[in-house]
Amino acid sequence: MQARASMPYLALVDNLLFARTQMGVSLGFHIIFAAIGIAMPLLMVISEVAWLRTKDPDYLELTKAWAKGTAILIAIGAASGTVLSFELGLLFPGFMRHAGAVIGMPFSLEGFAFFAEAIFVGIYLYGWNRVRPALHVAAGIAVALAGALSAVFVITANAWMNHPRGFRIEDGVFVDIDPWHAMTTPFGVHQIIHMLVAAYLATGILVAAIHAWILLRHPGNPIHRKALGIAMAMVIPAAIVQPAIGDFASKQVARYQPLKLAAMEGQFKTEANAPLRILGIPDREARETRLAIELPGLLSFLSYGDRDAVVQGMEDFPEENWPPVVVHYAFQLMVLFGMLLFFLSIWAAAHWIGRRRLPQSRAFLWCVLLSGPLGMAAIEFGWIVTEVGRQPWVIYEVMRTSEAVTPMPGLIAPLIVSCLLYIGLSIAVIAVLYRQVMIAPGLPPAPGPEV
Amino acid sequence: MAWVMALVILIALILYAILGGADFGAGFWDLFASGPRARRQRDLVALAIGPVWEANHVWLILVVVALFTAFPPAFAVLSIALHVPLALMLLGIVARASSYVFRNYDVAGDVVQQRWGNVFAYASAATPILLGIVVGAISSGAIRVDPERGFEVLTGFFAPWVRIFPFAVGFFALSLFAFLAAVYLIRETHDPELQEDFRLRALIAQGGVVVFALIAALTSRLGAHEEFHVRLLGSWWSWLFFAAACVVAAITTLLVVRRRYALARIFAAGEVAVVVAGWGFAHQPFLIAPDVTIENAAAPAATLRLLIIVLAVGALTLFPSLYWLYRVFKREPIFEELRRD
Ligand code: HDD
Ligand code: HEM
Ligand code: HEM
Repeated sequence: MQARASMPYLALVDNLLFARTQMGVSLGFHIIFAAIGIAMPLLMVISEVAWLRTKDPDYLELTKAWAKGTAILIAIGAASGTVLSFELGLLFPGFMRHAGAVIGMPFSLEGFAFFAEAIFVGIYLYGWNRVRPALHVAAGIAVALAGALSAVFVITANAWMNHPRGFRIEDGVFVDIDPWHAMTTPFGVHQIIHMLVAAYLATGILVAAIHAWILLRHPGNPIHRKALGIAMAMVIPAAIVQPAIGDFASKQVARYQPLKLAAMEGQFKTEANAPLRILGIPDREARETRLAIELPGLLSFLSYGDRDAVVQGMEDFPEENWPPVVVHYAFQLMVLFGMLLFFLSIWAAAHWIGRRRLPQSRAFLWCVLLSGPLGMAAIEFGWIVTEVGRQPWVIYEVMRTSEAVTPMPGLIAPLIVSCLLYIGLSIAVIAVLYRQVMIAPGLPPAPGPEV
Repeated sequence: MAWVMALVILIALILYAILGGADFGAGFWDLFASGPRARRQRDLVALAIGPVWEANHVWLILVVVALFTAFPPAFAVLSIALHVPLALMLLGIVARASSYVFRNYDVAGDVVQQRWGNVFAYASAATPILLGIVVGAISSGAIRVDPERGFEVLTGFFAPWVRIFPFAVGFFALSLFAFLAAVYLIRETHDPELQEDFRLRALIAQGGVVVFALIAALTSRLGAHEEFHVRLLGSWWSWLFFAAACVVAAITTLLVVRRRYALARIFAAGEVAVVVAGWGFAHQPFLIAPDVTIENAAAPAATLRLLIIVLAVGALTLFPSLYWLYRVFKREPIFEELRRD
């Protein structure tokens, strides 16, 4: 059996699709736990510091309850991340073979961030009686920092895929490699900031939603009011700055990947005074986006700070390089969710400035509860914009995804297995966490199977 | 510089074996928890690996990232030729990690906890076998590539690993890890009965190590590449490592028999280290015998130089933190302390 035995063309195309789907599903799964791994330690540390300062036992109970959830979620994050490290090779060996030497550096740095995270998380979770309180908090802070750092490093690698530099190509071989130049692409700036803020925002609102739900069932419960307070204190600033950072991200995309911007916005024609489209269905045959609400000149303004600036449309680029249409929908959904979270936070912040506390009404709690999944959903859609918007390139304008994919036939099998695995894991995680929430501190004991 | 990186990868692999390997071995003993103390044996396993398994696991990630940064074609070749066992191993890793935390934190009651425990035990047993299969396939010389044509893989997706030798190495790895874990676990409790349980298990596992080492040695000839086989057993220092492994194994066994557990812990780790190091040295100058070598797969010098600097600086922060971790948890068993909670 020859690895590169001439496979029918169609089988190869399908294989590419399966490989991309599997990569996307795995990343989409991992990113949720990664975001939680970045932000949850910060929540725990804040609560623990509050305990040390006020000696209010509520905060201690809250810290321990959060720590349990974090232990579960970080373990899943570590496992799914390990899968990704291998999958880069298993699915896209052509990519790793050339890119490994260029962007292995951030991954290696990330390795040390993982070490720090894993070491200190062990001390944090099991060391309550073994290290002094100050050192315990320090271990928690180290976990929080290491989580953020690992995100910084891995996004550096992703930014290079979007804006590759630090090498030359000679006869299909990467030469003159400068790994440092490669890992400092300007594209990373907005990606890193936007993603870190997204992690704090999405995790915070998810946690807030859980406590809002408990508060709806047990109004006024002091522990959960405190929990909601801490979580919202993380959400509010993040949600308020995120649209501004997103605007900066658009400007960066406009500058470095005009085709992606055009696809995001459903902009087919190259024109001055381009409108911002809300909703709308991009029609590739007719080369226009139908049924959109158009705000004249706004796209030119948002992208280049000038209403009369010329925005390049997709028609300027060869059609075989157009990314899929979903980019447009994903972008719209991310922005929609971002704006919803923004307004929720403005409401909470206004109330807090006026009365020094969060709104107490059930309406507010309901809004928080319903907004819970929006942050994570925005992260997913944001990554779809970035990754699918980069297609058909795995390394932007350097290597096509089709050149990177593995010659391994039958990729449908691992795809199905991993989908089933992720579905099963998601159900299990939700069930385990749900049962944890049901025994949350300060609640009357639930009539469960445990007697 | 490529040689430095090869050495670094080997060291990381050794550390993964003596630290992460033991965590898998401990999970294996969950499978064979038996007798009146079965429940306590399982709890001991769970609490012993609790604080450290995530950190120990990162060594594997370091091996992978160092491999694809320093020797990108080698990583690409392995990913293609050993796609199937690697994918299965990942499945095992995910199942082990998630069932472990579910087992510890799910409050659905004993039955559900038992079920997670079973998944944890089976995954812990299967993963080292798959790891061993991968290692065995790499050493057997059965993966052929054409370095002239962009390291195109010439052999199939099953042929290099579906043979006796890789499986023998797989079971050898499992017994080695099980042995290591049993020796470590003795020191994880003050309870003399539990200590005796794991002493017995350590001795049985050591027997398994010897048996599978013999089988692997006898089958290594089957289908292995000629030149490589000569190297694996033919050069003077492969014999040196072989002799060292035998001596250390004998001493470890003696220490366990005579209940000198503190020393036994060190020697057991030494036994595994010598085995992995011997394997690594017998390999050079190959990464994947016989076509991929340290020289022809190395990344450009600029990458290697920066990588070595990064690893050196990283090590400066890593080792003190690791030292703290083990000092906090491995000097005094945490089992009795946490079980009371
Ligand atoms: C809580 C999550 C969240 C929220 C509320 C938003 N985003 Fe976002 N966005 C992300 C989470 C995210 C992300 C998942 O983190 C991405 C994917 C890649 C990246 O760097 O960030 C992203 C990417 C991303 C990109 C593409 C960048 C690229 O391709 O490199 C743009 C242009 C925006 N965002 C713009 C916005 C705008 C204008 C928002 C207005 C409200 C917005 N985002 C809200
Ligand atoms: C964590 C959030 C991320 C998500 C949700 C995500 C999502 C995706 C998706 C959906 C695809 C498939 C593209 C398609 O179907 O057209 C993809 C491909 C890919 N992504 Fe990401 N991505 C993420 C981050 C990253 C990062 C940080 C890297 C870093 C190296 C990366 C590397 C890749 C690679 C190598 C591919 C395969 C090649 C390709 O299809 O372009 N991704 N990702
Ligand atoms: C932008 C996307 C990503 C972010 C923000 C991110 C962030 C993180 C964080 C914070 C963790 C810590 C574990 C946790 O808290 O759950 C983690 C774990 C991990 N990630 Fe990612 N990651 C991303 C994408 C990737 C990709 C593309 C890879 C692989 C190439 C990867 C490999 C890993 C590995 C191996 C771990 C496990 C570390 C351990 O054992 O502790 N991640 N990631």
